[in-house]
Amino acid sequence: MGRTMQQNGEPMIIAVASGKGGTGKTTVAVNLALSLSNVQLMDCDVEEPNSHIFLNPVIEEIKPAYTLVPRVNYDLCDYCGKCAAACEYNALVAVPQKEVMLFPELCHGCGLCSLVCPQDAISEEPREIGVIKTGKSGDGNVDLVYGVLNIGEIMATPLIDQVKADLDPEKTVIIDVSPGTACPVIAAVQGSDYCILVTEPTPFGLYDLRLAVEVLRVLKIPFGMVINKAGIGDRKVYEYCEKEGIPILLEIPHDTRIARYYSEGVPFVKAMPEWKERFAGIIDKVLL
Amino acid sequence: MKQITVISGKGGTGKTTLVGSFAALVENKVIVDCDVDAPDLHLLLHPEIIKKEEFKGVKVAVIDKTLCSECGTCEETCRFNAIASTEESGYAVNPARCEGCGACVFTCPQEAVTLKERVSGYAFISKTNYGTMVHAQLNIAEEASGKLVTVVRNNAQQVAEKEGCELILIDGSPGIGCPVIASLAGVDLALIVTEPTMSGLHDLERIMDVTRHFGIASAVCINKYDINEENSKRITEFCRQRGIQVVGNIPYDSVVTEAMVAGMPVVEFAEGVVSDAIKVVWDGIN
Ligand code: SF4
Ligand code: SF4
Ligand code: SF4
Ligand code: SF4
Repeated sequence: MGRTMQQNGEPMIIAVASGKGGTGKTTVAVNLALSLSNVQLMDCDVEEPNSHIFLNPVIEEIKPAYTLVPRVNYDLCDYCGKCAAACEYNALVAVPQKEVMLFPELCHGCGLCSLVCPQDAISEEPREIGVIKTGKSGDGNVDLVYGVLNIGEIMATPLIDQVKADLDPEKTVIIDVSPGTACPVIAAVQGSDYCILVTEPTPFGLYDLRLAVEVLRVLKIPFGMVINKAGIGDRKVYEYCEKEGIPILLEIPHDTRIARYYSEGVPFVKAMPEWKERFAGIIDKVLL
Repeated sequence: MKQITVISGKGGTGKTTLVGSFAALVENKVIVDCDVDAPDLHLLLHPEIIKKEEFKGVKVAVIDKTLCSECGTCEETCRFNAIASTEESGYAVNPARCEGCGACVFTCPQEAVTLKERVSGYAFISKTNYGTMVHAQLNIAEEASGKLVTVVRNNAQQVAEKEGCELILIDGSPGIGCPVIASLAGVDLALIVTEPTMSGLHDLERIMDVTRHFGIASAVCINKYDINEENSKRITEFCRQRGIQVVGNIPYDSVVTEAMVAGMPVVEFAEGVVSDAIKVVWDGIN
């Protein structure tokens, strides 16, 4: 059977990220997971989770994810407005003698208003922001956990944190991170032992890659590069990696067969098994 | 004045390639990049910045070590795991995780914590050969990208009024979350760019749910439609059922990447099937 990723005898947590969307991050995460054994794949791209499309998972559990929002007890409230004044996000408006209005989509669930209220009039209640699905890939080899953010919902970060609470310490964990460099990316990447950055060798790919590299340097997480669609574009990504001393872990060529399998939702290591060893070989480079 | 946002759900479907080309095709508009997190449109349009404005997003908590008694109350209070203590440096705030809520400021018995403003990014107004461009760059590891998008949208509105523009052309951000919702608020049309892949179809469905949720009229354009024609048919059929028009199919062609490498909108870089298809899409949404 395949290999596991370990560091000092402990299974590793590997994040797969990309500054720009659509560079093949999910392709790398899924194919890497299928090339190793004893793996858990966590799809933390909760806005557009795609890993499950390639794994045909049997879903074993669906649980709602919540954040907390304040609820005012009007038997106790004297409309002093202190809660509204304290809220940094303007999520509360106190209307004298009438009500304390909450704009739930602005509330971060920080709990400050309930701490501040002199009348102890604020309790907190859960508000659903999405669901977390848990299951196993069709072939039973990969454990999958993924979050799905509700439509119209803006709080991705707490959902990502809750997906990560299901992390299995006994397994090599691969985290599919949402694109970009903002808060949700930090929430998904933080705590990983290593990050694989996926890029394509184009000017857009390079620009966004630089931003992602900055993030990982701030977070002090070691990283290497997988270049997807190698052969298109120009050599600037390679020059950049060389100059910055960033190891290139793997190149996936721009290949019509691979693109075709992708479009059909088939992980290409299944159809082209010679790639399993190449993906698994990333480990040797990661551990250097 | 009309506002059109080009979005994709997933990134990397060719949204910016389209907006860059529309910018070259259409007169009398303001060009807007609402992908403030990983903006790329400037790589095609080469803006010359004429106005740069600091963007202050959320605040950040700072602990004054000379006042801190290491009681740990702040760490317990923080719901965002932004405070931790280490042996060398005691209690400290991780700015990448701090949401600036101020709860720790309230609970600290020593009044050792304060909230400070921070510059979270920059908003720009620029000149390009294609008209005025309004854009921004969020600093890395920041929250509040939705707020910065709103700043950009307001700037665009002002420029459009001042210059008497008939169109605001917006490159939206990827995903379905906060910045996307901010780039869609109040627009007349969302043009959704998708690819004929299983993930493309899945993402299309999610982003259509978003536009429907906010009551925004949409149209769809299939990029690289010929890499999997069965899937393209499936998407067309799916759109038909939802009553949304597919306004164009753009073929796959390496000219798109070549234009990107040349740093030019593809319709200016070369005539051919892709440029023709993009013109059809533009006519389709007008
Ligand atoms: S702080 Fe408490 S008492 Fe004052 S308005 Fe808010 S809920 Fe009412
Ligand atoms: S929990 Fe925090 S964000 Fe929500 S209303 Fe209260 S103070 Fe504002
Ligand atoms: S609550 Fe205040 S005194 Fe206590 S550890 Fe935090 S900063 Fe220091
Ligand atoms: S301001 Fe809020 S998020 Fe920041 S450290 Fe304090 S409690 Fe945590």
